[in-house]
Amino acid sequence: MQLLFDKIDLPGLNTLDVYRRELGGYEMLSRAFEMEPADVLSQLQASGLRGRGGAGFAMGTKASFLPKGDMDKYVVCNADESEPGTFKDRELMQKNPHLLLEGLAIAAHAVGANKAYIFIRGEYELQATILEAALEEAKAANLLGALDLWVHRGAGAYICGEETALLDALEGKRGNPRLKPPFPAVQGLYRGPTLINNVETLMNAPIILRMGGDEYAKIGTERSTGTKVVSVSGCVQRPGNYEIELGVPSRDIIYGLAGGPDEGRTIKFWFPGGSSAPVLPGTDEYLDLPYDFESMAKAGSMLGSGAIIVVDDAVPVVDVALKTAKFYRHESCGKCTPCREGTNWTVKMLERIDSGEATPMDLDIMASICDQIMGNCLCVLGDAMAMPIASMIKHFRDEFEAHIEAARERRGLGLGIPQVNRDDHAGQTDMLDPSGDGARVTVH
Amino acid sequence: MAIDPTRVRRYAAGSRVPGWDQAADLSKPPAVVPDPATTPVPEALRAEIEQFMSRYPDFRSAAIPALHAAQRLHGWCSPTAIEQVACVMRLTPGYLTSVATFYDMFETEPKGDTYVYVCTNISCSLRGADRLYEAMVAAAGDDPAFNVRSFECLGACDIAPMASIDGEYVGPLVEADCAQIVEDVKAGRPVLAAKQLRHLKTAGQ
Repeated sequence: MQLLFDKIDLPGLNTLDVYRRELGGYEMLSRAFEMEPADVLSQLQASGLRGRGGAGFAMGTKASFLPKGDMDKYVVCNADESEPGTFKDRELMQKNPHLLLEGLAIAAHAVGANKAYIFIRGEYELQATILEAALEEAKAANLLGALDLWVHRGAGAYICGEETALLDALEGKRGNPRLKPPFPAVQGLYRGPTLINNVETLMNAPIILRMGGDEYAKIGTERSTGTKVVSVSGCVQRPGNYEIELGVPSRDIIYGLAGGPDEGRTIKFWFPGGSSAPVLPGTDEYLDLPYDFESMAKAGSMLGSGAIIVVDDAVPVVDVALKTAKFYRHESCGKCTPCREGTNWTVKMLERIDSGEATPMDLDIMASICDQIMGNCLCVLGDAMAMPIASMIKHFRDEFEAHIEAARERRGLGLGIPQVNRDDHAGQTDMLDPSGDGARVTVH
Repeated sequence: MAIDPTRVRRYAAGSRVPGWDQAADLSKPPAVVPDPATTPVPEALRAEIEQFMSRYPDFRSAAIPALHAAQRLHGWCSPTAIEQVACVMRLTPGYLTSVATFYDMFETEPKGDTYVYVCTNISCSLRGADRLYEAMVAAAGDDPAFNVRSFECLGACDIAPMASIDGEYVGPLVEADCAQIVEDVKAGRPVLAAKQLRHLKTAGQ
């Protein structure tokens, strides 16, 4: 089913004329302007549309949290797409920018916002230029009503994809996340009520109005409605963006659409939702799971931004873990200690594993670092490193240990597991009980 | 790999932080908002920044676009560039420096005019981005006209391994393309016209 990708490759779809002629552009916005904001909102809620940026929170519900009444309210489009493996928004904005503008204006009407900003990452220069041109056209044709809409370019920081860090960046500060609550719906941009949504989420708004919220809810599964643009990359034959109905088997996406791994290779593991998602092994058990929010959560991972990164059996898991950890170390903003220090230590320990200075016990320490990061920071950047690393250790502990021993062997350091001669410690009473409850035991 | 100790740059007393032992000059007052009368700002830059400032309820929101504009003009966020932005925006240079040092795309040291960001994140490295980056450094790393950096995910994993040359996404690249990129930039041609992302059709069609 092609909703967002309908006629996506049509030449000139990024211009107002073609968009109006071919896709009935801005009809839904004029219909929304004729409706009461509450009715638009109820359509969005009825659709069951969940946020496409990563958290998967119901969009209509989030919009309904904004206070009603006459005040400065803001809608911010999160186009700071920096999750490794994700490139759906880039393609959507580049090819169909007017759909985003229309969706944004509909959302703004629904919540009664008078100002809106599209925060696009600075690296997307082509897409920002296209959006700005589209915005000029829409403004010249007086299509956006009273909405004051601007494109704001970021300057390269992964953390700005986090909603409160994005708000700080938009306010002209360093992009540090804020303490929540208050949530942006209550106190966001310039301390006003703010609705923040991903590009793909907002682009669904005109489609929902056209189909009707209840009709839209019939697509996909009961709790993961609609279609999703999935970015497949890594060790597959046909990487790219594919629009799927939520709930199709993951195997159909990886093997059917993206062509599966290269000839003669098998899938070792895959990230179901960007590099922040815990990895899943490439076994039938996981590949047969339906690709939707609940199934991925149930399997111990998450759908996230819908970016599938496939890793085949030729790639050592330690390399991927090190790449992942280094990325998060670089992008940690440094505000919270567990994330700032935890990402750094994880990188150091993975480097030790690679160079042969580690012992298999270091894996436990790493798992414990991950455990201490999770849930202890203002935002989830630290968790985003801890989750994939912890899941890699969980699923591929044998390979990590083999890697450690092989690297030690190369350096001539001998076995990594300390061999304790119990006779040397006979009669000693200060040894910790290995069962781990902190009791002290006597060595016999 | 373990960290090679000879490659870690050391400063006074073995510290990795340059200038840590130089005390701040306490006799000097902190930098204040520059005086417009004594700070010459190019007219075009001033107009651009003021245009940005008019878009937001709080003028400070224009800090990032304004720094982008100043960096385009000066090549990097030099003290002069920061001072000019500070003068127009009525902010202290310290505030703007704090912003400029946070974001990856702002250069706080002089760099070549043409940036080449080679993505070395997971998806690209699975496709050989690390070798590509080394080839790119070999081809243009010493050229003062280029600023070659290994960059975090640029959001184009479908054309992995890829690079962004002054915002133009090209890929999938092989090591031999690096020389062509350098040649195209020097000749002022569109970079690797056949491999530009802007012409790529959607995979799901």
